[in-house]
Amino acid sequence: MNLLDSVFIAKASFIGVIFLITLGVAAYSTYFERKIAAFMQDRIGPDRAGPFGILQPLADAVKMFMKEDFIPANSNKWLFIMGPCLSMLTALMTSAVVPFGDTLTLGGVTFDLQGIDVNIGILWVFGIVSLGVYGILIGGWASNNKYSLLGAIRAASQNISYELAMGLSIIAILMMTGSLSTKAIVEAQQNGHWNILYQPMGFIIFLICAFAECNRTPFDLPECETELIGGYHTEYSSMKLGFYLFAEYINMFISGAVMATLYFGGYDYPGVDFVTAQLGATAATLIGMGALIGKALAFVFIFMWVRWTLPRFRYDQLMGLGWSGLIPLAMFNVVVTGLGVLLNQQILVGIGGVVVFIAGIVVYDQLFVKKKLA
Amino acid sequence: MKLSNRTKVVEQGEMTLAERMYLPAIVGGMATTLKHFFSKPVTIRYPEQQRYLGPIYRGHHILKKDEQGAERCTACGLCAVACPAEAISMVAEERKKGEEKLYREEKYAKVYEINMLRCIFCGLCEEACPKEAIFLRHDQMVPVFNSRDEVIYGKDKLVEKMDQRYLREGWK
Repeated sequence: MNLLDSVFIAKASFIGVIFLITLGVAAYSTYFERKIAAFMQDRIGPDRAGPFGILQPLADAVKMFMKEDFIPANSNKWLFIMGPCLSMLTALMTSAVVPFGDTLTLGGVTFDLQGIDVNIGILWVFGIVSLGVYGILIGGWASNNKYSLLGAIRAASQNISYELAMGLSIIAILMMTGSLSTKAIVEAQQNGHWNILYQPMGFIIFLICAFAECNRTPFDLPECETELIGGYHTEYSSMKLGFYLFAEYINMFISGAVMATLYFGGYDYPGVDFVTAQLGATAATLIGMGALIGKALAFVFIFMWVRWTLPRFRYDQLMGLGWSGLIPLAMFNVVVTGLGVLLNQQILVGIGGVVVFIAGIVVYDQLFVKKKLA
Repeated sequence: MKLSNRTKVVEQGEMTLAERMYLPAIVGGMATTLKHFFSKPVTIRYPEQQRYLGPIYRGHHILKKDEQGAERCTACGLCAVACPAEAISMVAEERKKGEEKLYREEKYAKVYEINMLRCIFCGLCEEACPKEAIFLRHDQMVPVFNSRDEVIYGKDKLVEKMDQRYLREGWK
């Protein structure tokens, strides 16, 4: 009983720590988003609140709480309140299956640095991410505003379209690992056998789909200001708007963590054995946790970098890329991976697949695409 | 008819395969933003940092005194006549005995007022002045005002202080 208690407390405190890290990263993502945008445009960015503007998220939070909490007259009040709550809830639930580190032994008790190690780990991520669109859909519908509704509809169709390609790119990984558990996927990648080496094409597909799933530029059509005012959160104000924006940043961080887990070896880092020998297993595990968070933050930077570089897609371009670009590409990737598993030559077949793909595109271009006579 | 021979006909042909894939363009764009990420910001944090506006910037007005500390203005009114915005007004007064230290000429301006809401900082008062009395200084701007009472600047704000004399580049 005592052991059960201590395991339970350890689990609860670990989940609390993950929760705090996620919220802190999300809060400071807003600050770094503005800083990175400023640097990329040769500006300085927020620098008034505290040294280097480090207290800016705090000031923003105070502002968000102080604003009038407005509910439109003809909106569906309960759904209107439920929308941002649902967005926030699903955003926070995804991190449960991300393995943040190896097992840690403290005071004779061994526990996993992972919320829940379920054997359907990746399916859990997909299920929760699919639920995430309900927050946007409900919020946009309940606002009783045509722009909100249009934004919500766009979000729904975009997320469903890109989930397909995302799922297909994951299938290739599942074929190699033979397990849906995120822990098993990470353990299969230890000692530098990162999936990015075997699955470069799958990673590109997953990355593009992650941009679309997080509603980030160049796929931020659900909230595109030039056409839809604010998209699904046009009618939202105060902390309800804050929840929507916050959920977006949490989703960015979590999708970065998931990408690190699936393609970049999770908590693996070069020199694990050396650190374990020198500093002990506990230190090695904690550094591994830091490595995973560092990889996730690197992805967050890439998200921001792309946002301040690329313009927004047109809606038909978005759908064209998803349905006639990424999904066939992901299917091709599955076939190539299957061939690699069958021949037990995964890297060779992977590279061969990319070469065949590029050659095929060039041949198609030469044979079938009409060209103007020079 | 061609006006010049510099006309260039741009032929926009079919996009090549690489152009239709967009990926090389995206990589190039991201390289550009990354280059700017590491370049120096051009921002000037205004109230703390101030840009040098050049030696002939037309800023805050000043009524000069001469080397002995006597006011140069003789209230001739040429600046008020020259002013296109009619921002300047003055009241002249005859110099009494014993005031030679204070005023350089036999007539001086008892009241000299510039309405800073009307002033357009054209510098024509400076051009018109025969006594080299009024200048628009290059190193200081008229501060922001919050109420209409602060808008009209009298002699208290315009006359040069002897302990902080205004010197322009090239003056002895």
